[in-house]
Amino acid sequence: MRMHRRTLLALAVFTGLTAPSMALAADDTIKIGLLATFEGPFTVLGEDGERGAMTAVNEMNGTVAGKKVEIVKGSSDASPDSAVRAARKLVEQDGVKVLVGPLSGDEGIAVKDYAKTQPNVTFINGTSAAQDTTLRNPAENFFRFSTDGAQWMAGLGTYAFNDKGYKKVATVAEDYSFPYTQVFGFMAEFCKAGGHVPSKSWVPIGNKDFSSVIAAIPEGVDAIYVALGGADAVNFLTQYQQSGGTAPLIGGSITVDQTVLTSKGKLRDVLKGTPSAGPTADTNDAPAWKAFVDAYKKQPGAFPSPSLFAHGYYVDMKATLLALDKVGGDVSDGGAKLRDALSKLSFDTPTGKVSLDKNRNAIADIYLTEVTEGSDGNLLNKLVKVVPQVNQTLGIPEDEFMKLGAVSRDNPSCP
Amino acid sequence: MSLTIPTDGAATEKNWLEKVGAGHIVLAVVLVLYPLVASDFFLTQIGGYSLIFGMLGLSLMLLAGYGGMVSLAQITVGGIAAYAIAILGNNNSNVLGFGWPWWLAVPFAILAAALASALIGWISVRTEGIYTIMITLAIATATYYFAQQNYAIFNGHSGYAGIRAPAFWGVSWRDPKPFYYLCLGLAVLSYAAVLYGSRSTFGMTLQAIRDNPRRMRALGYHVTAHKVFAWLLAGLIAGLAGVLLVWFNGRVSPGTIGVDAAIDVLIIAVIGGLRHPIGPFLGALVVVLMQTFAIDIVGAERFNTLIGLVFLVIVFVSPDGILGLWGRIKPHLAQESLRSGP
Repeated sequence: MRMHRRTLLALAVFTGLTAPSMALAADDTIKIGLLATFEGPFTVLGEDGERGAMTAVNEMNGTVAGKKVEIVKGSSDASPDSAVRAARKLVEQDGVKVLVGPLSGDEGIAVKDYAKTQPNVTFINGTSAAQDTTLRNPAENFFRFSTDGAQWMAGLGTYAFNDKGYKKVATVAEDYSFPYTQVFGFMAEFCKAGGHVPSKSWVPIGNKDFSSVIAAIPEGVDAIYVALGGADAVNFLTQYQQSGGTAPLIGGSITVDQTVLTSKGKLRDVLKGTPSAGPTADTNDAPAWKAFVDAYKKQPGAFPSPSLFAHGYYVDMKATLLALDKVGGDVSDGGAKLRDALSKLSFDTPTGKVSLDKNRNAIADIYLTEVTEGSDGNLLNKLVKVVPQVNQTLGIPEDEFMKLGAVSRDNPSCP
Repeated sequence: MSLTIPTDGAATEKNWLEKVGAGHIVLAVVLVLYPLVASDFFLTQIGGYSLIFGMLGLSLMLLAGYGGMVSLAQITVGGIAAYAIAILGNNNSNVLGFGWPWWLAVPFAILAAALASALIGWISVRTEGIYTIMITLAIATATYYFAQQNYAIFNGHSGYAGIRAPAFWGVSWRDPKPFYYLCLGLAVLSYAAVLYGSRSTFGMTLQAIRDNPRRMRALGYHVTAHKVFAWLLAGLIAGLAGVLLVWFNGRVSPGTIGVDAAIDVLIIAVIGGLRHPIGPFLGALVVVLMQTFAIDIVGAERFNTLIGLVFLVIVFVSPDGILGLWGRIKPHLAQESLRSGP
């Protein structure tokens, strides 16, 4: 009798704890891990990232070098801990040799650190855009074909100073590595052109009450640079307007995307004419972009226009598949050939040519845009100009750029 | 099954084998031999992680099961130890990092956690039931937001990264097998301490206070002091778990001690069962397995729904959690063996 129960317990413990699923990919399939935010505050963005990645997979008909592509998904909630946990599960349990992701800034830095402990696995970024993921202390096996948040700002600082005539600008941004990078990118040009930034406000993600932030914006600024995402942007802009603020806006890359532009009410009038910059533009009429939009729209639940997350995941997944194709889908050598192919890869995306620098970070075209009202009454980002082939140091010689220091709350500064 | 609390009385006449109990020995053998069959992933990401969260759940079980105080701040206490390790030891975030050796940093971190726990206890023991939950939730949330926005001590949203587990006696303790055994050893130590403590004079007094504080006060016991001391002990266990957690992740950020994590610890304790110290470990195993593998079962869109449903079913079928489930199956098994017996 006692034996009976003991056996039962032992059995229960064993089946629960071990189940050694030696999930080795069969010879005719290639497993690719896809890490995105399928839970938490960035769920909508993560799902759009997945649509972008799947668009790239479908373009290749789901096969590469005659082998079937199998996508294994991992989910994070945008915190670095959860991103590393999900990456570990994909690599150490599901046995993927190639991983595409993650989505947000601090996650990217954490996954890069994890990549150093897995030299035989190849990591390709999703859309995470913190500068130090690739600029300082990079990992040999981490590649970013999407550009970083400072690159996305290329041309905006100069445009705001020269064309818009703003001399003094205050900034309001979320308090983590991606907005630091965006503010850095904007100020690098704006300060160089002769502009001043007398105040920088950093707010936590998910902030609801912006009254103290609005009160801290100095009198007499020509414009406010806003790098907030989704609900944070809507909350800030609404409260700023209600408090009687009239200064024009300059937008970060995810500030004036479709989630904000489709909001109703008087906010629309404030948003019109807001300049911004990023890796995509809604009114891009290049045939390659239009073809991409059509392909993207075939994905279930797609937005009217792909977000920059769909675009980033598309570009990174596409690069992964092209490089895999080049090496015949062979990663049996610990991915050395694949990484070699990736670092030499240069290809045409819907947004122009992309290639990598020595830190494995993308050099690509950036789009300067301005919010306008479309013919159907919807607000959209009109293409103003294309800044060709922006590199990570924003065209500044590397040693000079490194002297500017690491991005942070206090750097750069030009009060 | 001899996992239930053995009745006292004849204990002195038993030999040590009987005192420990056959169930414990079988379980110990299984856990010690587990690395022979498990992959590295199952050793650390499932085994080690479950043991760490089991210890956090155990610290809650101690308070809730024996003291009748349900706390949502156990992950906060663990987080204080984790942050202390990052601040006193080495990190690569270029903020603080005094570079103390581990044997100095660890006791300080655990002590800091225990004192913080006692402070939280001292604030919350004047409340009861749902109000204790509310006040500890408030403390957990406030600590989370403070860590998120304080740069001088907590380094804000990004927290600390690059924290390494120590290497001594020629062993790197973050390697899968050593780390698993480290977690197992400390979990067993905490488990045995709680089991022993529950039968000590203090444990008995605490349980009596849980059942009738007014009578205990009338008998001359200092109710508040006993409760605060229980918080201190729970803080030691949670602090120990916090140290393991920061070595496990190699980093700590406000997300580690967020409200989600606080609720996870409560779920672990409730799912496992609050009546016996083994409960939180069972709960942690179920929760960690679900959180890791649910995405493979139902895909990325709905896996959190599945996790929620499983928890709901467990609590619905057995209000006492998995332990209660075992309590229900046990009599049936006994019946069956009687029927099939000679």
